[in-house]
Amino acid sequence: MTSGPAFLGYLRTDGRVGVRNHVLVVPTVICSAVVAERIAAAIAPIGTALPHLAGCGQLGPDLHVTHDTLAAYCRHPNVGAVIVIALGCEQLVAQYLADTARQSGKPAHIVSIQGEGGTVRATARGIEIARRLADEIGRTDRVWCSASSIVLSVKCGGSDYTSGLASNPVVGRVADRLVDVGGAVVLGEIAEIMGAEHLLAARASSPEAAAHLLRVVNRVEAEAIALGLDIRGTQPSPGNIRGGLTTIEEKSLGATHKAGERTRLEEVVPYASRVSKPGLTVMDTPGLDVESVTGMVGGGAQVVVFTTGLGTPTGNPVAPVIKITGNARTAQGMADNIDVDVSGVMSEEETLDAAADRLFDEVLDVASGRPTAAERLGHREFAIHRRNPTI
Amino acid sequence: MNAVLIISERDNVATALEPIDQGRELRAGAWTVVAAEAIPRGHKVAVCAIRAGEAVVKYGSPIGTASADIAAGAHVHTHNVASGRGRGDLAAGVR
Repeated sequence: MTSGPAFLGYLRTDGRVGVRNHVLVVPTVICSAVVAERIAAAIAPIGTALPHLAGCGQLGPDLHVTHDTLAAYCRHPNVGAVIVIALGCEQLVAQYLADTARQSGKPAHIVSIQGEGGTVRATARGIEIARRLADEIGRTDRVWCSASSIVLSVKCGGSDYTSGLASNPVVGRVADRLVDVGGAVVLGEIAEIMGAEHLLAARASSPEAAAHLLRVVNRVEAEAIALGLDIRGTQPSPGNIRGGLTTIEEKSLGATHKAGERTRLEEVVPYASRVSKPGLTVMDTPGLDVESVTGMVGGGAQVVVFTTGLGTPTGNPVAPVIKITGNARTAQGMADNIDVDVSGVMSEEETLDAAADRLFDEVLDVASGRPTAAERLGHREFAIHRRNPTI
Repeated sequence: MNAVLIISERDNVATALEPIDQGRELRAGAWTVVAAEAIPRGHKVAVCAIRAGEAVVKYGSPIGTASADIAAGAHVHTHNVASGRGRGDLAAGVR
């Protein structure tokens, strides 16, 4: 037993701590995605797949992002074992992913569709391996782990006026508390920092971290401008605008509340790169919800706290996603997608601190194994960020 | 519960916590203002006059620039506030 806030997690041989114990089925390329999904479904919910659209027709940095993201999931602490599903023409990648998993102490196997002789044989072989792996890792017990081992991804989607007033400030208070006990928080979506970067930069632990943040925000803004289009077509989204958000600056100022008020910005890291420092890390992800969550979980986040005003169902294949809303109508109207209702903050029936107490407990309970709404509903969205056109 | 919420004393807009009818008197922080028009829930109302070109301030920080003169009590949204960030359409226009 540890002192301070704790949860029941999986202590991995590489020293990392997981909150789930999945058999991960990884297609190396879009061509093996269906076989991977069928194998994972045979041992659901322990089995989980990473269906994606990439892995072929990509060059240089774009291909590296795909492979690095898949590798990050192969070493993720919420994963107990890995099966790589190759088509067969890309064996080097399959070997690299299996080796990555083994180096993190996880059993790993490769099934090749061309090697096995087609979809039926490859699926049957994969299911046989998956059942054995599920048995094997099912013997691992949860042990008490300190909350300091948590990397918490903070995210918002379908934001409305309640996000900046209630749910994001509640998440920010949880971020502050987690960092106080030695944990880590990761914030993505650079476009949604635009207009609030001065506040995060002022809290940077080093001039380098502050300069890095401003550089990345300026790059994303320059990319938007280079398209010759009005960013208001997507930032804020039409739904955000209906909900009362007028500009990206307003959305960003509300959104960055999620990162806490006291946390210091330690580092800015590339997409799906490991979050290794306690405190606040900003990850260079796009604003698209699923690509952003995919990247932050790739960075090692074991739990995601996701605020929403209008409501959204997004989950992740390996990490529990906790949905929190400050909108009473959404809490009722989309009850099956919402885990934590903080609409009492809007009606002044609950203080931000009291709501943060509840959310902090929820994070620890979910880390100890309680399924989230997204997990119960089978929401396992996964999308790797693409930087270049398909060749 | 107040009908509108002002977050920072530097703000010149407040957020409607419920649908507000035209003519309703609103108290937001140190400001008292009469709604010049209906304000939908979650949308913003000017707590003082904001001239075209001035910053619209919420959370204590600028969220954009008034693109027209805004009267105290008026609905503040995309029709009278322009974002200055990531505007490729503007860059394309001056090319």
